[in-house]
Amino acid sequence: MSAVVPKPGWKAWLTAEVADSALQARAQRAWFGWLRFLRNPLALAGLCVILALGLVALFAPWIATHDPLAQDLAQRLLPPSSAHWFGTDQVGRDIFSRVVYGSRITLAIVFLVGILVAPIGLMVGTVAGYAGGRVDAVLMRTTDIFLAFPGLVLALAFVAALGPGLVNAVIAISLTHWPGFARLARAETLVVRSSDYIAASRIQGASALRIVLRHVVPMCIPSVMVRTSLSMAGVILTAAGLGFLGLGAQPPSPEWGAMLASGRRFLLDYWWLATFPGLAILVVSLAFNLLGDGLRDVLDPRSS
Amino acid sequence: MSTPKLDVRTLSVSFGPAHHATRVVHDVSFSIAPGEAYGLVGESGCGKSTILRAISGLNSAWTGAIALDGKALAPRRTLEQHRRVQMVFQDPFGSLHPRHTIDAILAEPLAIHGLDDRNGRVQRALEQVGLGGAFRFRFPHQLSGGQRQRVAIARAMILEPRLLLLDEPTSALDVSIQAEVLNLLEDLRRDRGLTYLLVSHDLAVVAHMCERVGVMRQGRLLEECTADDLRAGRVREAYTKRFLAASEGYDRAMARQWDTLDEERIA
Amino acid sequence: MIAPALLSVEDLHVRFDTPHGEVAAVRGVSFDVGRERVGLVGESGSGKSMTGRAILRLTPPMARVSAARLSLEGEDLRAASPARMRAIRGRRISMVQQDPKFSLNPVMRVGDQVAESFLVHHRASKRVARERTLDMLAQVRIRDPKRVYDLYPHEVSGGMGQRIMIAMMLIPEPALLIADEPTSALDVTVRTQVLAILDDLVSSRGLGLLFISHDLNLVSTFCDRVLVMYAGRIVEQCAASELRQARHPYTRGLLDSLPKLDAPRPRLPVLVRDPAWRDA
Repeated sequence: MSAVVPKPGWKAWLTAEVADSALQARAQRAWFGWLRFLRNPLALAGLCVILALGLVALFAPWIATHDPLAQDLAQRLLPPSSAHWFGTDQVGRDIFSRVVYGSRITLAIVFLVGILVAPIGLMVGTVAGYAGGRVDAVLMRTTDIFLAFPGLVLALAFVAALGPGLVNAVIAISLTHWPGFARLARAETLVVRSSDYIAASRIQGASALRIVLRHVVPMCIPSVMVRTSLSMAGVILTAAGLGFLGLGAQPPSPEWGAMLASGRRFLLDYWWLATFPGLAILVVSLAFNLLGDGLRDVLDPRSS
Repeated sequence: MSTPKLDVRTLSVSFGPAHHATRVVHDVSFSIAPGEAYGLVGESGCGKSTILRAISGLNSAWTGAIALDGKALAPRRTLEQHRRVQMVFQDPFGSLHPRHTIDAILAEPLAIHGLDDRNGRVQRALEQVGLGGAFRFRFPHQLSGGQRQRVAIARAMILEPRLLLLDEPTSALDVSIQAEVLNLLEDLRRDRGLTYLLVSHDLAVVAHMCERVGVMRQGRLLEECTADDLRAGRVREAYTKRFLAASEGYDRAMARQWDTLDEERIA
Repeated sequence: MIAPALLSVEDLHVRFDTPHGEVAAVRGVSFDVGRERVGLVGESGSGKSMTGRAILRLTPPMARVSAARLSLEGEDLRAASPARMRAIRGRRISMVQQDPKFSLNPVMRVGDQVAESFLVHHRASKRVARERTLDMLAQVRIRDPKRVYDLYPHEVSGGMGQRIMIAMMLIPEPALLIADEPTSALDVTVRTQVLAILDDLVSSRGLGLLFISHDLNLVSTFCDRVLVMYAGRIVEQCAASELRQARHPYTRGLLDSLPKLDAPRPRLPVLVRDPAWRDA
């Protein structure tokens, strides 16, 4: 019956009293979660900004007015105008186009770091929390070692060892961020571990692997998701910091942090070189923070 | 008697590191005949729930002997042994995974044991406990306490166990719902010839459901008697007498008699 | 009841606005409490706890409370300002809750908490407060008050914690005590002892007691009068000794569905809810 649903029936399918299939049940839950999310205007604004970032990155060639790498020394250090919306930098490149193309780099960093740290931190944390004993001790001491170093310093050390460049920056940032996720997942796991539903699974004869993957991990995912979003702000800033120090994406790549660095010298007389990439970093970081807060309000399993 | 369904001999459970362990259960022994319902009654900290956890295989740090149908159970259980002993927990809000649908919760034991006809079995399990198919794809938070407890019973029954361990199954339920769930448990036992080990602090519930009762106090099995003996007050121990009297409700005269308060254990 | 009522409640309503519309937890409840023990019994969702909180004006912020009359010893509680309510709570009406684990501050010594309860309502030195506290602890039959004074809540057992709560709530000498499931978290034998203490204190001080519980049996043996709540309304009011002869089908159904030690039955009768009861 649920196979042939006409388009106008979608709303009815999502709000039906009785779900006919697992898919429908999950879709309904996601739908109500979405409605709850919509009630938070700031979180919605954050989401919109991030979606806009994605669109800008996707359609960069059409949005940018100039070639971001094209230098024109005759047009250097021009203030914002109708020809160059954000002005030009010290070698005549259009700053607006560079900010637009820079969104691709930012998005790439955010995405790559996200898909590295969240799963790794989640698995390490849940295994440590569920197994306990020596496994827990070994994994947590490893985590502690990484946590002992300040983020930027550790990233610097790795990049110094691996060499500058975008990919190495991503690896370095990931290495500094995963321990936080592991700690978080472990804390959640310790709470979940003593639940009756885990006991029920054990009595049924479920293996530890099954319990961790099907029972523990789903309970940890909401807080990991929230933390991922909140961390992204920090990731962008770390990437900007690395770029600022010349250790991230290399010139002439339009990475926002690098643009900040090169624009710093001209800040007093030619404010537009550093301000626009700086604003972009600010807005995107803020958006991730707001999104994270909104997600937390919706996803907190304790409140359901 | 013929081979008892469950035979527990000198069961002892301790917690904590070896040099500093606390004994929670001291040399408890009892037997349950096939098809019988046996009640373990006592107050908090008496060890009754710990015994259940040891029998179910959740706690493997016990000494003594536990035998099911005459065959000894080791602390680590085989899959087959897990199938024959199942448990219903006290808190209906905590015993179902909040992110799994009822269907997933019921299908999981089938997947673990490789049983076929998943659809049919889940359907029948729900019907057996008086819940219709409408509940299959709901999440636990959409069900009431009584409905969740029925799902918990369905989950315990779906593997067709022979011994059911019940840890205060109705303590967290309203009085009117309690009656329904107790009736359901009684029907299931009668229809399927199950054996029950019921743990509770409520004497009335235990006397209603069980034929024989064991009274526990501070880790020891104080005395055993039949439900009829309990009702008639034919009990030996002073503690049991007090427990019985306190269960009837509040009695001003009786409360005066107990002017020496037991110095309660401080953690 | 010839003496004037301590607490007088008439047509009390407590309403909430939810995404699904307005929900009324308490729908037109009326009763009086004099210097007697009144038991308020109901299942979860009946509105009994919310009634207790509404009397103290401690309902959640989004709740709307309204009543034709809500007065304590003649004083209108509806009109009381927040400052006046703060003065009333503890000093004139107190509330003992279910689990001392959650109602005692875990990082304060229990003696200090009881003393604080005294100091909030009386101008006195800390020394006087301490003496009064020790005296009160002795009244709740704690054998070594000086030692217990310095304990933290996690170091005391459930029964002792509840006795400390009672001490804390009675030290300002209120006229009315509301007890919300005061013994539900306690073992059965400990329960008797705690109730005996409550019994003595209520009698000797001439307090009014509103005993809120889900345990019909307990309330009928401890209290003088019983009020049965269902779906936000009181469906039955009778003397505790006459509860077995209750007339409302809900009360009868509840009484019948309880397993009884002295009357074994193969099957427990199941309560069938009649929608008409909602408009009793």
